[in-house]
Amino acid sequence: MTTLTAPAGAAPVELDPFIAYAADGTGEICFAVPDAYCAACIQAIEGELTNVAGVRSARVNLSQRRVLIRYDQSADVNGFAGHITRSGYRNFPVDAAVDPQHDAALTELVRALAVSGFAAGNIMLFSVSVWAGADEATRALFHWLSALLALPAIVYAGRPFFRSAWSALRVGRTNMDVPISIGVTLTTALSLFETVTGGEHAYFDASTMLLFFLLAGRTLDHMMRKQARSAVDNLARLSPRGAYQLLDDGTVAFVRLADIVPGMRFALKAGERVPVDATVVDGNGQIDMAMVNGESIPLAASPGTSLPAGAINLLGSLEIVADRPARDSFLARMQAYVEAAEDTRTRYRRIADRAAQLYAPVVHLTAAITFLGWLVMGAGWHAALLNAVAVLIITCPCALALAVPIVHVVAAGRLFANGVVMREGSALERMGAVRVAAFDKTGTLTLGTPRLVRQEPDDPALLAVAARLGAQSNHPLSRAIAAAAEAEGHLNVDPIAVTEVPGKGVSAQIGNADWKLGSAAFCNAVDKDGDSASHVWLARDGQPVAQFFFRDAPRSDASAAVAGMARLGVPVHVLSGDRGAAVADVANAVGATNWQAGLTPEQKQAAIADLRRDHGAVLMVGDGINDAPALRAADVSIAPASAADIGRAAADFILTNDKLTGVPFVVSVARRADRLVRENLGFAVAYNAIVLPLAILGYVTPLVAAIAMSSSSVIVVLNALRLRLGAGPSEFAASRR
Amino acid sequence: MSGLLILIPCAIGLGALALLAFFWALRSGQYDDLEGDGQRVLLNDEPLENIDRGQGRGGN
Repeated sequence: MTTLTAPAGAAPVELDPFIAYAADGTGEICFAVPDAYCAACIQAIEGELTNVAGVRSARVNLSQRRVLIRYDQSADVNGFAGHITRSGYRNFPVDAAVDPQHDAALTELVRALAVSGFAAGNIMLFSVSVWAGADEATRALFHWLSALLALPAIVYAGRPFFRSAWSALRVGRTNMDVPISIGVTLTTALSLFETVTGGEHAYFDASTMLLFFLLAGRTLDHMMRKQARSAVDNLARLSPRGAYQLLDDGTVAFVRLADIVPGMRFALKAGERVPVDATVVDGNGQIDMAMVNGESIPLAASPGTSLPAGAINLLGSLEIVADRPARDSFLARMQAYVEAAEDTRTRYRRIADRAAQLYAPVVHLTAAITFLGWLVMGAGWHAALLNAVAVLIITCPCALALAVPIVHVVAAGRLFANGVVMREGSALERMGAVRVAAFDKTGTLTLGTPRLVRQEPDDPALLAVAARLGAQSNHPLSRAIAAAAEAEGHLNVDPIAVTEVPGKGVSAQIGNADWKLGSAAFCNAVDKDGDSASHVWLARDGQPVAQFFFRDAPRSDASAAVAGMARLGVPVHVLSGDRGAAVADVANAVGATNWQAGLTPEQKQAAIADLRRDHGAVLMVGDGINDAPALRAADVSIAPASAADIGRAAADFILTNDKLTGVPFVVSVARRADRLVRENLGFAVAYNAIVLPLAILGYVTPLVAAIAMSSSSVIVVLNALRLRLGAGPSEFAASRR
Repeated sequence: MSGLLILIPCAIGLGALALLAFFWALRSGQYDDLEGDGQRVLLNDEPLENIDRGQGRGGN
């Protein structure tokens, strides 16, 4: 990733969207501190911030890697970031919505879980004595007490299900919450009726226990998604929200991104991102285009060069003129493609919803038939209703509703522990169906930083001189020469005075010789091939003496990742915007089946569609701005942590540790999860097939219902936990060699 | 039967008390940062130099 080696420029950022104001005039802002991990980190950050004037309180949340600052009017909000940096930690402002104090949904779920757990536990005490054979008076008392506990608990704890079921029914659809709500409501109503009429069977324990199990699954699911969201948010690099405009009187002023109009002039310092599509009018620079078009070699910018929004200036100061407003810029166009491609995702229907679609009509029909059947047999409407409701209770989809989410929760935990963040459960289902994978080259299969591969003539002394010059420059090729010399022990660290000409090279006086390192023209050399970007020359006193060749080297684990995919039966295609020769090199080095070079973002999207037509579901792995449309168009996508913000936002999985072997690992976990989900669903169906006849024939007592329900839930959960077994990504890549 | 009249309210009352205690803990933010709270045990309540001064004086 070239951007990591680029000097980090201070991006002008507006803090306003991140601040929450309280009624008493105090404000609240949340900063992510991704590197904080220990007690000393807490002390360093909080200690630094509490000494800042106007700060009321600063509290680090280590689970979220965030610090929440409360301050009054006298505080300088813009200075907070500097203070945290001074305490030694990277930071950037984040939306406080994932802060636990602000997560109302989680609080509601946990409370509902506690209430239903309390009710289920106490009701079970009464139920056990009833099952043990309490006399009629005691039984009636216990039923009443159970009802007293169960009714408020079910009304309170059932709200998440009732609400979701109602909103689905209102638009004429069904989901898993519809049969759950119907089952719980009918069970409770029937039990209440039995209690009032002094009947033998009340199912209060079953309905509260059902809610407890389901809420446990739902809470875990919510926590998993929250953890994923905060982990992904912590990776965000700030995109410029504005730029410094050069005014006619020579001063600069901050302009917000949305307010930029064509014709405005801006200063672009080293390390800054191009805010909108612009043209260089003054100065020379080196532009990192890796995120924009996959080109691994920086582009030399001089007056007249047009720059797309999102490219990074590595070197030199430029004066640029905006060509287009932000809404028509390259970044905005890519965003539009991403949004247009949403269809493939929304068309996917989750396994659980498909199961619910089949399940609800079957169960409700069976209950109706049971009712009518008993009525026709002359059993009286009370007994007929009792048996019909027993059918609903026993088939209430406890195991079915847990079968899918619990597997996803276990899988997400497994992936998270191995450096992969999963956005949502449906991504895992889509990943399980993957038949072919497309990888981006620059920054994904490769590091995005060039490495020295060859030198002509191969003279260590010349390399040492070139490295001495190169060590003084920030250009990626210069740094590559310095790194190569250092690896061979030739790096002379004595500082020398160098003159750097952006876009051309560096020159210096060593001894009585005048050395130059740079492009062919700069060194008076003539390039034999047209491939001028991937090599530099060294000249002595105006005479070229050596030539250095570079290649964007694959990541160390790229071959292992591709081989891992091959073992899973997933062929790997390389889709890149870079030059053909560079792409072919990398594709061969890592063992990819096929490659396409020189693709525009639109062509990448089209290539994904072709792969889907030829093979089936497509997995896209990419990091650049130009990959974002393809990441969205693919059935499922993965982005490394170093990806551009837009690419990361479009991806389903994020590799937080930047290890490519995570890719085959995700696929294998997804396939195993898929198998477990099907096993669990099969188990839930088998369980229903066994108990349903009992229910229809009227043999289901509350005891049978309680045992059947809890044991099926526990079996489903235990089966899901099997996903924690098996090899991790590193062992996975090494195994079955 | 008379024993039940005492024992059942006791059992439910204690359970309800535990539920209320849990709600209180949840509301006061004790579950917001489990990892951080574990680490905060290691922090000194007051700055190190104050503690050293206190010990230097010998105290009782």
